[in-house]
Amino acid sequence: MSASLNPAAPAAFPICENPAEQFLRSDRMPSIWCPGCGIGTTVNCFARALIKTGIDPKKVVIVSGIGCTGRVAGYMHLDSFHTTHGRAIPFATGLKLANPGLTVVVYSGDGDLASIGGNHLIHAARRNIDLKVVCVNNLTYSMTGGQAAATTPRDAITATSPYGAYEPPLNLPHLVAAAGASYVSRWTTYHVVQTMKAMERMLTRRGFSFLEVISPCPTLFQRRNRLGDGLDTMKSYKELGATRHNANLADLDMTMGGEIVIGNFVERDRPDYLEAMQAHLRAQLQEQYVDPYEHAEAESALELGELSCG
Amino acid sequence: MAKGSVIVRPERCKGCAFCVEFCPPRVLALSPAFNAKGYHVPELADPEKCTGCDLCGMYCPDFAIHGFRFPKPAPTAG
Repeated sequence: MSASLNPAAPAAFPICENPAEQFLRSDRMPSIWCPGCGIGTTVNCFARALIKTGIDPKKVVIVSGIGCTGRVAGYMHLDSFHTTHGRAIPFATGLKLANPGLTVVVYSGDGDLASIGGNHLIHAARRNIDLKVVCVNNLTYSMTGGQAAATTPRDAITATSPYGAYEPPLNLPHLVAAAGASYVSRWTTYHVVQTMKAMERMLTRRGFSFLEVISPCPTLFQRRNRLGDGLDTMKSYKELGATRHNANLADLDMTMGGEIVIGNFVERDRPDYLEAMQAHLRAQLQEQYVDPYEHAEAESALELGELSCG
Repeated sequence: MAKGSVIVRPERCKGCAFCVEFCPPRVLALSPAFNAKGYHVPELADPEKCTGCDLCGMYCPDFAIHGFRFPKPAPTAG
């Protein structure tokens, strides 16, 4: 019996490609991610969410900072920016303001978004800029050797906390919700379908959207804390994950071995940065106000070659 | 009769076994053979039960496996 292809297949069946393949730079595969790392799983969910929403890939831009998750921008066959450390959100803000027709996705890790770029994260949420932020949280600085990060839970052993971390970690959903984000969600890499649906929701709505995906780092975090490999961690997410969509956000702290509260926590409509700016200036300046985006759509269509200049 | 199947790209696989563990009908197993990098690659151990749900494809961090469904056979008359 053939192992790879099914002998029970009908005579002529279409051999289809992996749905994620169209969004990947195949020449860069295999990725640098360790066996058992969950970042690739989130990329898979993201590719499938892009297909489900039917969004034009030419109008999607993916911006990453530095780190293991920062490599996503390099592996995805979309317009992408690989920016300086922690500055993915400022780059993305500039992109969005220069061309509001783009769907700007910030795909980065917890070290990049919450530690080095924490200030930018808070202020993007406060201004409610229309960015879709995916934060893959593996609870440590992975690319630099597993130091204690701002999200490392108490008592976790890392390269810089050999007797256990004693700093309280950041609770990212609580932080961005308090700062004013209009969509806040947290899932783990075990919950692939829910992650994909949350990404779909983010891609189709307006305003600052934040998704935290808890992911294993088998090489550094799980190994030092004797939590097994990537597969053991995925199984533990299955047991520890507690779906509570209306959970009190202050109770969402990550602890070692404690339950991981997951769900779609916040969804609210607030005017985003552009809407607020246009409405305010129009009210203040009245007929003197010139909308900078009035001709933006025609100009971007010209650049894409959709209109002829004749 | 099987409803679907999987396609594996062995050169990409890193043997993490997410697909084997989280396959709902549990039709996959790690093969005893190695790929070029020395990892055990999954194979269809029970092809008759594969539903082609593509959950293995969603879990795979290395884009090395995906499932697909066979077209439904035309209903036979009578």
